Amino acid sequence: MIKDITIGQFFPGDSVIHKLDPRFKIIFTLVYIIAVFLANSLLAYTMVAVFVFGSIFLSRIPVKHTLRGLKSVLFIIAFTALFNLFLTEGEPLFSIGPVTATKEGLRMTLLMIARVFFLIIGTTLLTFTTSPIMLTDGIESLLKPFAKIGLPAHELAMMMTIALRFIPTLIEETDKIMKAQTARGADFESGNLFQRAKNFVPLLVPLFISAFRRADELATAMECRCYHGGQNRTRMRVLKAGSRDVFAAITVFAFCGLIVWTRLG
Amino acid sequence: MIEVKNVSFSYNQEDKTTEVLKNMSLTVNQGEFLVILGRNGSGKSTLAKLLNAVLVPDSGTVTVMGMDTKDEQHLFDIRACVGMVFQNPDNQIVASVVEEDVAFAPENLGVPSGEIKKRVEESLKAVGMSHYRKHAPHLLSGGQKQRVAIAGVLAMNPECIVLDEPTAMLDPIGRLDVLKTVQKLNREEGMTVVLITHHMEEAVEADRVVVVHHGEIVKSGSPREIFSNVNEMKEMGLAVPQVTELAHELIGQGVTLRNDVLTEEELLEELLPLLEESR
Repeated sequence: MIKDITIGQFFPGDSVIHKLDPRFKIIFTLVYIIAVFLANSLLAYTMVAVFVFGSIFLSRIPVKHTLRGLKSVLFIIAFTALFNLFLTEGEPLFSIGPVTATKEGLRMTLLMIARVFFLIIGTTLLTFTTSPIMLTDGIESLLKPFAKIGLPAHELAMMMTIALRFIPTLIEETDKIMKAQTARGADFESGNLFQRAKNFVPLLVPLFISAFRRADELATAMECRCYHGGQNRTRMRVLKAGSRDVFAAITVFAFCGLIVWTRLG
Repeated sequence: MIEVKNVSFSYNQEDKTTEVLKNMSLTVNQGEFLVILGRNGSGKSTLAKLLNAVLVPDSGTVTVMGMDTKDEQHLFDIRACVGMVFQNPDNQIVASVVEEDVAFAPENLGVPSGEIKKRVEESLKAVGMSHYRKHAPHLLSGGQKQRVAIAGVLAMNPECIVLDEPTAMLDPIGRLDVLKTVQKLNREEGMTVVLITHHMEEAVEADRVVVVHHGEIVKSGSPREIFSNVNEMKEMGLAVPQVTELAHELIGQGVTLRNDVLTEEELLEELLPLLEESR
């Protein structure tokens, strides 16, 4: 059913990784991305692999699930791999017709595949182990220092919260309108792309009207509950970093240090 | 505790002005269960919005616990004091987890974290939804969602809650659920309740019923007084509870009955002796 779509692909769990402070996890992910880009040797990638699979093991999420995220980018990987392999200049390896694969090309290709692979696996681990709410809280808290230079940190977080809240509601509504319009003879399935796009107008117009009405009512309801932006607002759940987070931070930065060391050495 | 005095209000739409409330006065007393009845367009929803400063009267005054709703300084005090629940439960739930949503209002008021947790727990308990604290609102039934919305308002520790047709979009079970919750709050916690509805059955248990018609209060009294005049209610496009209507019809057929029967039990009490007599 259309209702069963989950957003953010969060896997509820109770593991050490799940329990980490979301702010730390976001920073860890950023540090990890930098580390993956710095890595350029077999040794470095072995370290990355040990680190990322170690984290997956700790999160108790089946490795199969984390690999699923790769499927969507498989085409891009294959495409860029071909370009890298054949269009890099250097010592020729073999040739197919007019194009020649080079040794440097092969190296670049392997490097690129490893990079994309580890990037995706590492970053999906963040969304797998952090609920959307925690993620929003983390982002709000991390962006707060930038509020002084005019970045609307609270507003962004509020928008994300409301979007998350209303996605299932609007999906349900889309479903309902679609059925209602089908009952009135609308056809959403046949015709070419252009016709099909046109057929969606009787779906989108009521959907938008209803969304605006909802927004209006929600705004009134929020005002009635004393909402007045982020000023003097407190939170029920206060993010608190514990010894677990500090320990994880040491591990992550040590890992990053090791990667840097492989480049120096 | 809420004093509406000579209030007029009109909506301006482009070049035409619609007068919704005409010189209306109403007092809501501490701890009472007040039902406001009226057909669509009678101005009852506008009246509700005036009670917690969502709207401000054009003329006249609305005072909540001595605070004028025109006074911007007291805006949040007034809104925390008079909680408002609306018709569509979907459009008043902000967060994607029940307890987060209930925490929304106290978070806005700047209540410290520990106190918020306590309030969330108490509010959910008061509406009988403690068990669902970690649930996603969109997976709850209409009645449950509306109870969550009530809990969200209770978390502000209000003196009074105003419910604007809270059961209009619910099925009969959900309706009963919400109504019982509201009655319990009124009786056990002494919460002042203003219930706006056009379901006559919901008005039967009220302490006082006020009928709004064309922006004016035309009748005010106990449910018994209000519903005993079936013809007058019908003229205003309002119904009376089914049992009252049945009794009214029976009287019309020449049966001698009280004309202010409100519940099935009462009607039964009236009819049984008649049956015995006729045997």
